[in-house]
Amino acid sequence: MATRTREPLHRALGLTDDELEAIRRTLGRQPNPTELAMYAAMWSEHCSYKSSKLHLRTLPTEGEAVLVGPGRDAGAVDVGDGLAVVFKMESHSHPSAIEPFQGAATGVGGIVRDVLAMGARPVALLDPLRFGPLTEERNRWLFAGVVAGIGGYGNCIGLPTVGGEVAFAAPHSANPTVNVMCVGIAPAERVLRGHRTEPGALLLLIGAATGRDGIGGVSVLASRTLEEGAEESRPSVQIGDPFAEKLLIEACSELADRGLLEGLQDLGGAGLTCAASESASRLGLGVELELDVGAADVEVR
Amino acid sequence: MAGRSPRVGVVTFPGSLDDRDALRAVRFLGGEGVPLWHADPDLRGVDAVILPGGFSYGDYLRTGAIARFAPVMEEVRRFAERGGPVLGICNGFQILCEAGLLPGALARNASLRFVCRWVHVRVETAASAITGELLPGEVLEVPVKHGEGRYVAAPGDLERIEAEGLVVLRYCSPAGELDDRSDPNGSAGHVAGVRNAAGNVVGLMPHPEHAVDPDLGPTGGQPLLASLLARAMARV
Repeated sequence: MATRTREPLHRALGLTDDELEAIRRTLGRQPNPTELAMYAAMWSEHCSYKSSKLHLRTLPTEGEAVLVGPGRDAGAVDVGDGLAVVFKMESHSHPSAIEPFQGAATGVGGIVRDVLAMGARPVALLDPLRFGPLTEERNRWLFAGVVAGIGGYGNCIGLPTVGGEVAFAAPHSANPTVNVMCVGIAPAERVLRGHRTEPGALLLLIGAATGRDGIGGVSVLASRTLEEGAEESRPSVQIGDPFAEKLLIEACSELADRGLLEGLQDLGGAGLTCAASESASRLGLGVELELDVGAADVEVR
Repeated sequence: MAGRSPRVGVVTFPGSLDDRDALRAVRFLGGEGVPLWHADPDLRGVDAVILPGGFSYGDYLRTGAIARFAPVMEEVRRFAERGGPVLGICNGFQILCEAGLLPGALARNASLRFVCRWVHVRVETAASAITGELLPGEVLEVPVKHGEGRYVAAPGDLERIEAEGLVVLRYCSPAGELDDRSDPNGSAGHVAGVRNAAGNVVGLMPHPEHAVDPDLGPTGGQPLLASLLARAMARV
C-alpha cells in the first residue's frame, strides 16, 4: 500500500502558511483543530473579501437615501413613504463551476436570506452571468445547469427573476461568473433598528436540516482557484432545499411583523461560526455554543 | 345580507406561493378575500374557494399528492359536492386532479424545462365557474410559470372529457388558433383548463391572479376571476 504524506490541516482548510502564523501571533499559541477550522471559514475570501475588498472600497456607498451601507447582511435605501428597498448581490461562481444546478440554486437561497435577515420581504431576483463560449460542451453543461438552478429555485420560493444579463467570452471557459441579486421591501424604521439585546439572551437556530453537504464550502471551495481534480470538491457544494427556505421566509416575516425579534442573522456558507460570531461581535458580547444539545442550543453571555 | 360582497377563501398550504396575489386579486375586483389555512377544519362560510399556485408541502413526492390529504381538503370536497365554486390555479389544479375532483393529471412539460411566459388562452365553454361572463372563442392573455403543466389523461378519458365539453380553456395564438407554438407545455389537445361535469370545479395552469391590475401588465385574468366572483355572488 502506498503511503501518502498528509497535507497540513491549515492548508487542507484553505489557509496559507502566513495566515497560520498570523493566527498563532493573535492567540499567542497553537490553534486547536476546531479553532483552525473557524479561522479558515472566517478568513476565507467568501467571508472576509480579503482580495476583493480593495476594489469594493472604490464603489460609492454613501448618500442621503442610504439607510444601511456596507457591513450588515444587505444594504438599504430609503425610497420614501416610510419604505426601504433592501438589496444585495454576491457571487456564487465556484460552487456553480463544480455543480452548476445546486451551486446556482443555493446562491439564490443565500442571497434571499441576506435580504430576509434585514427584516425585509424578498420580492425579486436578478442574475448577471458570464460563461465561456457555448461551442464547448462543458460550457453548455454549466450554462444549462446554472439557468435551471436559478429558475427552479426562484420558482419554488415564489420569487420572480425580473432581470439579468449574460455574456460569453473565452476567459470564462469552465470558470463562470454567477452573480445573484435579491431585492426586498421593508418598513424603513425596521431596517434601521438593527440588533439590540442583553447578555443572557438565547440564540435560536431555525431553517433547513443540517446535512453533510456544503461542509467546508467557503474555505475548501469558494476561496481556491479551480484546478484539475476540482470535481473532488463537489460534496462541498450545498444542496438546496427551497421548500424549507419558503417556510423560513414566511416564519421570519411573521416574527418581524409581530416585533418578536431582537435580531436576525443569516446562516451563510460559514455556518454557525460566522452567524454566531458576527451576531455577538456586533453587540460587543460573547457566545457559548453547546453543539451536542439537540441540533444546537446557543446562549449569549 | 343585502349589499355584502362575495367572500372568496384562498387556502394557504405550507409552500403556497400565490396566496397573497390571489387574495389581492379578489379584493382588486371587489370581493372579500378570506385567508384559509391548510389545517383549518372549516371554510369560514366563504362563497367560493381558490387553491393557489405554489409547491404545497414542497411537492417532493408528486405535485399535489400530499396536499390532497390536508384537513381543509375534506371541507373543500364537501363544498364542491354541494355546488360551491372551487378554482385551482397551477399547483391548485394539480391538487384538484390528485383529489379526484377533476379528471386527468399534470405531467412534466414536454420541453422538460420550467417555462415562465405570457400565453393566450381561448374560452371553450361559458358553462364553468370562471367563464360565466365570457363567450366561447374569446381570447385572453395570462401568464404561466410551471415545470409540470402538461395536461394528460388516459386515452378513453381524454375522449370523454372532450365529448362532454369539460375543456374550459385551450392555449392558442393571439388570433385564437390552436398550434404547437402557442402551447407552452405540450398539453393533450392544448388544454389549459378543465372543469368537472357540474362546472363548479375548475382547474387551470395559467395564473389569472397575476393579470388583473393594468398597472402591472395585461388583464386577461380579470374576466375569469370576475366570473368566479359573480358565481360566488349568486350564493350570497
